[in-house]
Amino acid sequence: MKSKRLLAPYVAWMTVFTLIPLGVVIYYAFTDSITGQFTFANLSNLSTYLPIFLRSIFLSLASAAICLVIGYPVAYTIAQANPKWQRFLSMLVMLPMCMSFLLRTLAWVAMLEDTGIINRVVSSLGLKPLPLIRNSGAVILGMVYNYLPYMITPLYTVIMKIDPRLIEAAQDLGCDHKRVFTKVILPLSVPGIISGITMVFVPAVSTFYISQKLGSTGTTMIGDVIESQFKTAYNPNLGAALSLVMMILIFICIGFMNRFTDSEEEGVVTP
Amino acid sequence: MKKRLLILPLLLALLLPCLVFPAAAASNEITVYNWGQYISDGSDGYVDVIEEFEAETGIKVHYLTYDSNESLYTKLKTGGSTYDVIIPSDYMIGRLIAEDMLEPLNFDNIPNYRYVDEAFKNQAYDPENRYSVPYTWGTVGVIYNTKYVDEDDVGGWDLLWNSKYAGKILMFDNCRDAFAIAESLLGYSLNTQDPTELRSCASLLSEQKPILQGHVMDQIYDKMIREEAWIAPYYAGDYLYMLEENEDLGFYFPEEGFNVFIDAACIPKGCTNQEGAEAFINFLCKPEICGENLEYLGYSAPISEAKNYMDPEVAESEIAYPSDEVLANSESFSALDLETSQLMDSLWLSVKTSGSDTTGYLIAGAALLLAAIALTVILKLHRRRKLARRGISRRTNQA
Repeated sequence: MKSKRLLAPYVAWMTVFTLIPLGVVIYYAFTDSITGQFTFANLSNLSTYLPIFLRSIFLSLASAAICLVIGYPVAYTIAQANPKWQRFLSMLVMLPMCMSFLLRTLAWVAMLEDTGIINRVVSSLGLKPLPLIRNSGAVILGMVYNYLPYMITPLYTVIMKIDPRLIEAAQDLGCDHKRVFTKVILPLSVPGIISGITMVFVPAVSTFYISQKLGSTGTTMIGDVIESQFKTAYNPNLGAALSLVMMILIFICIGFMNRFTDSEEEGVVTP
Repeated sequence: MKKRLLILPLLLALLLPCLVFPAAAASNEITVYNWGQYISDGSDGYVDVIEEFEAETGIKVHYLTYDSNESLYTKLKTGGSTYDVIIPSDYMIGRLIAEDMLEPLNFDNIPNYRYVDEAFKNQAYDPENRYSVPYTWGTVGVIYNTKYVDEDDVGGWDLLWNSKYAGKILMFDNCRDAFAIAESLLGYSLNTQDPTELRSCASLLSEQKPILQGHVMDQIYDKMIREEAWIAPYYAGDYLYMLEENEDLGFYFPEEGFNVFIDAACIPKGCTNQEGAEAFINFLCKPEICGENLEYLGYSAPISEAKNYMDPEVAESEIAYPSDEVLANSESFSALDLETSQLMDSLWLSVKTSGSDTTGYLIAGAALLLAAIALTVILKLHRRRKLARRGISRRTNQA
C-alpha cells in the first residue's frame, strides 16, 4: 500500500503533463486545421515527408554510430583510471553541457563557415576555402559534438560496474587481452551501448536547430518541418501528425535496440 | 487550531500584494511585440525610443521581437501570451482584421495621427482606418556585394538564380516575400490567387534551392556585413543600415517589379492596457521621434514632417524615398483568402523540404533498415542456438 502511495505524485504528474498532452497530440493529428473535423488527411500525405524522415533517421543513426566509436574508448579509459581521476574525467566529459546548446552550435557555425575561423586560416595559407559547412557532414559533426556526453556517460557507468573478478577469471582461464575484451568486457557493456545509442539517437532524430545552422537547404530534418508548422506555417494539425509518426518510429527503433539487450542479458552471469 | 488561525492571516498578508500589485502594475506596463532590429535603441548616438517613452509617460515597456509576419501570426493564434502593441505588415493586418484578431483603436488617444501623410491612410488592408497607424513603409530589392558580384549580372531578380554565385545567395525565410520574387520573375501579380501560377512559382523556388546558402531573416545582417553571403533580397531600409557597417554593399530595385509595403502599429485582441498601447502608438507618430527613429532604421517615414528631424542626406535618399517613376514598378500586398494562404503555406513547405539528394538517402535508409533487421535475425538465431546448446549441456549435467 505504502509503496503505491509514494507513486501518486509521479502518476499525477505523468497524467497531467504526459498522458493528456499525448492525447491532445493524437486529437490534433486526426483533425482538420480549418473545420476541426475528423480526418486522415494529415497522415495520408505523410508520404511526401518520407525522404525527410529517412534523412533524419540516417543522419542520427550515423551520429550515434560515430558517438559510439569515439565514446567507447573514452568511457573505457575513464573506467580504468584510478577513482580520483575518474570523477574529474567524467566531470570534464559533462563540462560542455553546462553551456547552452544553441551557443555551442553557433560556435561551430563561426568556426566552419566560409569566412569562419578555420577557413580564414586556410585562405591565409593561400588555399581555396574548404566547403566545411552546409552539408550532411557538418550536421553529423554538430550532432556528435552535442550528444557525445550522452553516449559516454551510460557507457562509463556500465563499464565501471563490470566485476573485475570476471576479467581475472578470464585471464586465469587463458584469455589474452583481446579475447578478454571481446568475450567479457564487450558483451557485458552491451546494455551501456544500447542506452548510449538510444540517448543519442532519440534527441538527434528530432533535432531541429543543428540542421538549420550547419546544414544546407537540402538537409532539412523532420524536426525543422515540425518546428515550422508551429512557428510560421501555423498548421498544428500537420505538426502533430508528424510528431506522432516520429514518436512511433522512435518506439520501433528503441524496440529494435532492446532486442539486443534481451538476447545478451541471458548470457550475463549474475554472481 | 490556534496555529491554523495564525497561518490564515499570514497567508492573506502574503497573497495581498500579489492581488493588488499586478492590477496596479498593469496600468503602467505595456508589452510591445515588434520585428527584430526595428526600433532605435540608443546605439550609435541615436534616440532610445523606449527609454524616451518611459521617461515621458511613466509607462514601463516590455519589448519582444519576432522575425516574420507569419511567426507573429502563429504566436497570436496559439495564445498564451498577451501583447499590447504589434507592428505587422499590410497583408498580415488585412488577415488579422478578417479573422477579428485586432482591437479597433481609439483615435482620441492618438492625436499625433494627424501628422501621418494622407497617402498612407485608407489603405486596402484597413480601408476605414480603424485598426492601424502606419509605422514605416519601404520596398524590397536586392542587396549585393560589389566586390564579388559582376555589375553585368545585376539588374533583375534573376541574379538570385545565377549559379555563378552558388552558395553565396540568401533567400527570404517567409513564404509571402519569397513567392513575391518568383511572381515578379514570372510576370504574375504579387497577389495572385491562381493555384497553377502559385505552383509554378513554387517550382521556380525549388529550382533555386541548390545554389542557396540558406533561407534566413534577421541573420541576413550578420551574413551580408561579414561577407559570408554576397547576394540577398531584403528590405531597402535594412540595406541602408547594413551599408553603414560594410560600404561595399550595393542595392537595386529589380526591373521586373518589386513589393512596396507598409508596416503599421496595431493592438491585438486580448491586450491588457489599451490606453498605454495607444499612448505608445501616439508617441511613435511624434514627428521628432519618428524622424530620429527612422533615420536610424533606414526605413521610410510615413510622416513627411519627420524628415525635418532627419539628416538631410537620409531624407533625400533615393533608396529610402524612391521617385514615383521607380515606385510605378512596385506593387503592394493585399490579404489572400484563407484557401490561398494555406496553399501557399503548403507549397512553401514543399519548397523548403524538397531535397536535392533524396534518392541517396532513400537507398541509405533502406540499407540501414535491412541491416538492422538482418542483425536482429542473426542475433536471434545465435541466441536460439546458444540456448539449445546450454539446454543440452544442462540435461547432460542432470543426468
